[in-house]
Amino acid sequence: MKTIASVALAVFRESVRDRVFYNLVLFAVLLVGASILIGQLTAGQDVKIIKDVGLAATSLFGLFIAIFVGINLVSKEVERRSVYPLFAKPIRRSEFIVGKYLGLLLTLLANMVVMAVALYAVLFFLSRGVPANIQSAWDAPALDPALLKAIALIYVDLALVTAIAVLFSTYSSPMLSAVFTIGIYVAGQFNTDLRRFDQIVSSPAAAAIGRVCYYVLPDFSRFDVKLAVVHGIPVPAAYVLAAAAYAAIYIAALLFGATVIFSRRDFK
Amino acid sequence: MSRALAWAAAALCLGAAIALHAAEDRWIQKPAIDRPELLYVRSPAVARRAALGYQAVAADVYWIRAIQHFGQERLSPPGHVRTYALLHPLLDLTTTLDPYFSIAYRFGAIFLGEQYPDGPGRPDQAIALLQKGLAAQPQKWQYMQDVGFVYYWHLRDFKSAAACFEKAAAMPGAPTWLRPLAAVTLAEGGHRESARELFQQLAQSEEPWLRDSARLRLAQLDAMDTIDALRQRTQAFQRQHPGEPVTWDRVAAAGLLPGVPLDSSGVPFALDPASGDITVARSSKLFPLPGQLQAPR
Repeated sequence: MKTIASVALAVFRESVRDRVFYNLVLFAVLLVGASILIGQLTAGQDVKIIKDVGLAATSLFGLFIAIFVGINLVSKEVERRSVYPLFAKPIRRSEFIVGKYLGLLLTLLANMVVMAVALYAVLFFLSRGVPANIQSAWDAPALDPALLKAIALIYVDLALVTAIAVLFSTYSSPMLSAVFTIGIYVAGQFNTDLRRFDQIVSSPAAAAIGRVCYYVLPDFSRFDVKLAVVHGIPVPAAYVLAAAAYAAIYIAALLFGATVIFSRRDFK
Repeated sequence: MSRALAWAAAALCLGAAIALHAAEDRWIQKPAIDRPELLYVRSPAVARRAALGYQAVAADVYWIRAIQHFGQERLSPPGHVRTYALLHPLLDLTTTLDPYFSIAYRFGAIFLGEQYPDGPGRPDQAIALLQKGLAAQPQKWQYMQDVGFVYYWHLRDFKSAAACFEKAAAMPGAPTWLRPLAAVTLAEGGHRESARELFQQLAQSEEPWLRDSARLRLAQLDAMDTIDALRQRTQAFQRQHPGEPVTWDRVAAAGLLPGVPLDSSGVPFALDPASGDITVARSSKLFPLPGQLQAPR
């Protein structure tokens, strides 16, 4: 456990050194800029649009970090040959993989906490002084705590993307890992369509393949409650927990797979 | 090269690029390949899939485009033929990407129903958009009320309008004034007083844009009352000066008016010197007035 924590902290420190958190400045500028511009462009929908932009940017920035840092997590160590002295020490390969993964999750968590605080701050300033009767027409209050549910599920979504990136990172080049990870992410967004594939195709075999893909591919659409939260549609805690549990099991499978692949590689 | 020099060179190049860009905008005409009026994705289903998990932001972008398109067409110079061709497709895309985007249905319906040239004059599309909203949120009484409004104001179908107000009144959370409004519409539809009652209620709305729209309608109703009063004066002038052209100056000089009458936006009413017909001027914010509402009895 101590080894995993050490690897994770090293990854976090490396992220700081690699200026990964510079994206936070970009995020803050985007949000503040958007909040100023949107008031001029829309018909009184500032709060709704800032929520949309804030949640989408949180997801998108996190996605870039998860993919482009995730694909280098293992492959960079192998490329630099820094894994060789590392495995001379008493560290298991599973600990290395899990440590790397948790390190990136820690980076993403720090990132998302700052983004969430920035989003709430912009919403606070935007809604300040707005009369109560106008606020009552909004689908949800500006400082709606339910936004945290959407942010939490974005984090779960990113945790899953990171696990996919780490899996590919264990045996493929960074470029191919990026292509595969993005491919699976996009395919996972269309899962709902795969479920209904039998309604489109006449071939039972194609329908069966569609159904298998539906269950095998990660269902990323499950983690997207941004629209519901922005419109004040209740998202039950049970739904959030069930989605998180699904992601946790899927992530465990991916990390087991990554460990098996990585264990079979020869670093002697 | 020192670091300071490199920074200075970078800043200089950037400054030169900006200056050249500004100069090109001013002096060199860009080839006409940029067509902002084109809508590359027309299928809402495709847009929904292409947006991946970012439908809400994509809906916001299409909504802003819809507002800009409407504004650009409406404020276009007189020589431009206003088509509002993208308005409905943009609103359709917006509401498919975000089926709960309330303002896109409600404000979109106002845009679509607006009489030409201030809008496309498509109340049928306005109703279809609101029906789409009702399919997504069947309990949203505001959409049903707005359908009634389109029947009332644009189609002058008071029976259908009353039926919609009645249906809206039966929905959960609907205000108590909707049911009497349905009755008044059915009994006195087409009369300015019932229209005034409708818009006075809408002017109490929490949505600022809906309030503004209702205030404009109330101002139009007031203008119609004023025109009726002015018509009596011009008719009196025509009786006193048969065959002479009617102008505000002449009517005022005859002592029938204190001066040139202005509408609530500060623009003089338009008077046809030959026929004596009065309406709001094309330059008025109140133009065009709805045609057929009857004066109070």
